[in-house]
Amino acid sequence: MTRAAFAALLSHWVRNPVQLFTLLAGLALATGLWSGVQAINAEARASYDAAASALDEGRYDRLVARDGGAFGQDVFVALRRAGWLVSPMLSGDLGGVRLIGIDALTAPAGMGPVNLSGNLDLAGFLTGGDQVFANGATASRLDGVTVLITPDLADDTAVADIGTAQRLLDRAGRIDSLLVRPDQPRNLPPLAQIAPDLTLQPAQGGTDIAGLTDSFHLNLTAFGLLSFAVGIFIVHGAIGLAFEQRRGMVRTLRALGLPLNRLIGLMLAELLVFALVAGVIGVALGYVIAALLLPDVAATLRGLYGADVSGTLQLRPSWWASGLAIALAGTLLAGGSALWGIARMPLLAAAQPRALAMAAGRRARWQMGAALVLLAVAFVLGFNADGLVTGFALLGTLLIGAALALPPVLNGVLAFASGQARSVTAQWFWADTRQQLPGLSLALMALMLAIAANIGVSTMVSSFRLTFTGFLDQRLASELYISTDSAEQTAALVAFAEGAGAAVLPIQSADVQIAGQPAEVFGTRDHATYRDNWRFLQSTPDAWDATFAGQAVVINEQLARRAGLALGDPVEIGALTLPVAGIYGDYGNPIGQVVLALDAFALQFPGVEPRQFGLRVAGDPADFVTGLTEATGIGAGQTIDQAGIKALSLAIFERTFTVTTALNILTLAVAGFAILMSLLTLAAMRVPQLAPAWAMGMTRAALGRLELLRAVMLAVLTAALALPLGLALAWVLLAVVNVAAFGWQLPMYLFPLDYARLGGFALLAAVLAAGWPAWRLARTPPGDLLKVFANER
Amino acid sequence: MNAKALILCLLPLSASAQGFAGLGTEVDGFSTPAPDPVFDFPADHGAHPDYRIEWWYLTANLEDANGTPYGLQWTLFRSALAPYEAEGWDSPQLWMGHAAVTTETDHFVAERLARGGIGQAGVVADPFSAWIDDWALDGDWRTLQMRATGTDFSYDMALTATGPLVFHGEGGYSVKSAAGQASYYYSQPFFDISGTLHLPTGDVQVTGSAWLDREWSSQPLAENQTGWDWFSLSFDDGAKLMGFRLQQTDGMHYTSATWITAEGETTPYADGALQVEPLMTNTAGVPVHWRLTLPARGVDVTVQAVNDDAWMTTSVPYWEGPVTFAGSHQGRGYLEMTGYD
Amino acid sequence: MTLLIVENLTKTYATADGPFPVLRGVSLTLEAGESLALTGESGSGKSTLLHLIGGLDRADAGRIMLDGQDIASLDDAGRAALRRGTVGVVFQQFNLIPSLKIADNIAFQARLAGRHDAAWCATLADRMGLTDHLRKYPEQLSGGQQQRVAIARTLAPRPKLVLADEPTGNLDETTAATVMELMLELVAETGAGLLMVTHSQVLAARLQRRLHLRAGQVA
Repeated sequence: MTRAAFAALLSHWVRNPVQLFTLLAGLALATGLWSGVQAINAEARASYDAAASALDEGRYDRLVARDGGAFGQDVFVALRRAGWLVSPMLSGDLGGVRLIGIDALTAPAGMGPVNLSGNLDLAGFLTGGDQVFANGATASRLDGVTVLITPDLADDTAVADIGTAQRLLDRAGRIDSLLVRPDQPRNLPPLAQIAPDLTLQPAQGGTDIAGLTDSFHLNLTAFGLLSFAVGIFIVHGAIGLAFEQRRGMVRTLRALGLPLNRLIGLMLAELLVFALVAGVIGVALGYVIAALLLPDVAATLRGLYGADVSGTLQLRPSWWASGLAIALAGTLLAGGSALWGIARMPLLAAAQPRALAMAAGRRARWQMGAALVLLAVAFVLGFNADGLVTGFALLGTLLIGAALALPPVLNGVLAFASGQARSVTAQWFWADTRQQLPGLSLALMALMLAIAANIGVSTMVSSFRLTFTGFLDQRLASELYISTDSAEQTAALVAFAEGAGAAVLPIQSADVQIAGQPAEVFGTRDHATYRDNWRFLQSTPDAWDATFAGQAVVINEQLARRAGLALGDPVEIGALTLPVAGIYGDYGNPIGQVVLALDAFALQFPGVEPRQFGLRVAGDPADFVTGLTEATGIGAGQTIDQAGIKALSLAIFERTFTVTTALNILTLAVAGFAILMSLLTLAAMRVPQLAPAWAMGMTRAALGRLELLRAVMLAVLTAALALPLGLALAWVLLAVVNVAAFGWQLPMYLFPLDYARLGGFALLAAVLAAGWPAWRLARTPPGDLLKVFANER
Repeated sequence: MNAKALILCLLPLSASAQGFAGLGTEVDGFSTPAPDPVFDFPADHGAHPDYRIEWWYLTANLEDANGTPYGLQWTLFRSALAPYEAEGWDSPQLWMGHAAVTTETDHFVAERLARGGIGQAGVVADPFSAWIDDWALDGDWRTLQMRATGTDFSYDMALTATGPLVFHGEGGYSVKSAAGQASYYYSQPFFDISGTLHLPTGDVQVTGSAWLDREWSSQPLAENQTGWDWFSLSFDDGAKLMGFRLQQTDGMHYTSATWITAEGETTPYADGALQVEPLMTNTAGVPVHWRLTLPARGVDVTVQAVNDDAWMTTSVPYWEGPVTFAGSHQGRGYLEMTGYD
Repeated sequence: MTLLIVENLTKTYATADGPFPVLRGVSLTLEAGESLALTGESGSGKSTLLHLIGGLDRADAGRIMLDGQDIASLDDAGRAALRRGTVGVVFQQFNLIPSLKIADNIAFQARLAGRHDAAWCATLADRMGLTDHLRKYPEQLSGGQQQRVAIARTLAPRPKLVLADEPTGNLDETTAATVMELMLELVAETGAGLLMVTHSQVLAARLQRRLHLRAGQVA
């Protein structure tokens, strides 16, 4: 019984291969989209991880020579023998590439590309000659060494064993610095006793960048889920249609004695088989897409074939698993309602078109009601959402509400247009479009979500990019950062800088409590750097004038939000009370900040001596450092070339930004496919609807043109409705979810040109999707049209 | 023997993660142990860089003034990537230190890694000194000083030998499989030990007995051997028993034992004489109750871990901790189990 | 043993205008090998009665004993088994499976019932004049041919009772006569009972007995 019934169910697909193709392709595309977004997401994460590590090489405290120079490795051994857990590092220039030498046996866990628990060829790395790690781009620039490709490494950086690095750089027995592991044993002997020439350089917190990238990643993840939602819409449509078309067969099978639960079981099994097949195709497809879009082919090769190019292949099986799980979950989610419908379908009720139409009418009313409720909830949440859960609830209600509202809204627009139509052809066109709407609505919902997601992605990514570059300009404005050891050094630095025409901006801070919130107060000297580079979220017209005159302070957004401070509100700093003149964006910083004039700061915190300085240098920072070292003895070990770091991090982030544009093309392609699929499925039903128009004198070519026009018109309407939704999405993510997750708001910028281009792409997708069905229609044999009028079909 | 070639965990990294099974891989260019060894002391207390693996392995059963039991481990492993020593970073000699203190409720572990050639770790024979970072074991083998530190514990101990060195297998040539894999293996099981454990709960003065193993080889296990269960037992009457069981991929085992009288006279027992049977495992599936029988000596005892959770969370994980036993005889000792991760 | 005993059957449908009693206490009996025509106006309840006997629907009250079994006491799965094995229904709309070839359609119900007999299927196809069409799909056949396929499918598992609901209602007169002839002949050969709903007096006259329904009652 089971075999015969299963064969009958499957025979449907053999007779309707286009339907089978659309179902499998829809599922595969949705899964592919998910996998592709995952891959891109991972690539983005790797990129900004590389950026972050390039930015904060100082994730660990370090020991450096007081003179900034290199020192003998005997100091390393002496410290180890005294119990200090330190690890040597050496870096230098190797043909334009920065070569970093490390000792894999003592390096802190997870540092660099070398991971002891991984599949590293340790013997080869330690003693196998000149082995170095570098990414693909850098590898091509390294001659005479064996390069192991590691995509995770930043550009222009190579890593080798310290012994290898010493040999390649011709610096035998020398090291530049010692990383200090955070988990030191107890009761260490003091540093001065073992290595008096070294000084401890505290870790430079990388929290700024980490906070910013976490936010970016959260947003990308949200959009990954959104793309998946688009895919689910498509699968839902495909499965729904396939089941709808087999209602008659289902009824016959049951009338002939196939038990209902057996039937449901068989259909479920059939779905699962499809899900698995399509899932496998989809995951492969996702990687192909990623391979085409991602610049780093090595990363993709690793994902596809498990080729271990870097020793980190832990992601691959989980990607396969998540791809297949998504395909299965999506199919079950999408097929659940169809199966439920089959299970509840009475055995005897005939599939009356009129009854279906009435049911559709009921459903439309129910749908509009649900949409209104969801949008109302979203509206209320928009004003009140203050946590991650409510933020995502807002996102969900907004999206689902808007998607559900689309068909009724389109129907209203079409009804209005129909009323305005003068010519009989136009009237028929509008009426016929309205009749088609139920069959197309799922695809149009998918298209709207896709366009909205793309508008959201563009807005978010571009806003993030502007904010990020602005923030880097603000925070890394100085060309050099220098720390001093003593008041004498400070005086020497100031004297030398003044002679060299460089501006010295002291960085000094004190920890305080402001309105019950922990905060840092910074004393700041009046300089154009602040006026030019710092961006205020809100400010009075003369904020910096008032601040540097000691009449006011500026505070960061975090403090403003947590302490509930607005412009003009008084801030108590010790005995001082000053009004807030400006609030600036301080992305990624977890705690509050107050910027105060230097004199006022010195008065309030007399004990604090500035030890760190930003320097605005007109010429080459390297020349300045050379001169500084000669004149004052302040070594290179105490200076940081901030401009170089900034340029590097911007270049790395740029790659992430370009990769995310791939999301647009992907989602639109899938939405276009949904339209194609719906039109193909509807094509058979269209013939009886079009035959009367043909019989009354419209040519088949004209009918085809009208079909195409209809698709374009619906796409334009949908895109127009998607624009406000996409902007709302971006706003929710930047202004609600981000604030909830990280405590600060990413400013939202608008990019009308991008949106116009997106609209163009959406239109193109619609034209491509509708083209073939319209062409087929225009070539329908007259005989097929005539059959409609024959009594016996 | 304790075929505790943990250092070899570094070698399998080069090909594939074989874990302890890597101990059975082929030897190339390294010396291999030969029967009828003639040892040369103090030189042989030092390192043998032309052999692939080597260790200085000390375990101790301790108790404080209240009689609360403690276990202690201090181990230095040497693993050679090539059969020579060189100055500087190019040295192919890798060193790994493991230290642990086991209480009835806690198990503290520390690990250190280093390369030879630069002075961070090594062993010299005369005057004897074995070290890695600030961990050290120095002295003349009549007396030894020992220290190790971790993030949450450290210890300083003094040891005094009260008996002679003992040689396992045939005069120190210890066979590990039917196919003839072997190592050089001797012990000093007669140390009195005392000193201070620095634990998070405070310092503890302890005394007890310690057992120091010395072993070196180049291919101590056959290809089909994947791990071992090693016992060092000290009987209340002063006699001692060293025994091990090697696990094979075919489910069979290879056993070996050395009976040591209170005076230090030894009797080796070949495969099958000692029988070892797991009775009960801990929650992680590692056997912590065992039955040991050596009919030739009338030994039939049940061995029980002092702390079931003495898992070494090191680069290559294993179980190592103090035990007590009862039955035909009573006493305490140490148990090591590998190949269970 | 009497093949079919229907006693005092009632069935009421809920409609927009309130409850509508379709059957109001109908009783009948049918012996094996006997044929009975159910006639009546549209809405007299004859199709409903057929559906209840065929286990396609449940009665509100009354009893249907089919082959010694009380259908009312069967659950969904039991009634599915009844449809598979004991009764065969010929529908006005043919209800063939469009994606299966004619040969597979004929054999389908017998396969479901686990009683497939290739020789018997071949005989049926031959007698129904379908031998040349076995490799075609239903849409390639005329209405009369499709109904012959449906009849062959019904008879393939050798049901004890054949139920036919206006089996020729969708066919022209000549075709209808041929199809009817074949059906009566083959049903008689299998020894099954036949209960046929028809509004045609001419067709009804060709069956052994006739029962007229009016407003849900035996007239």
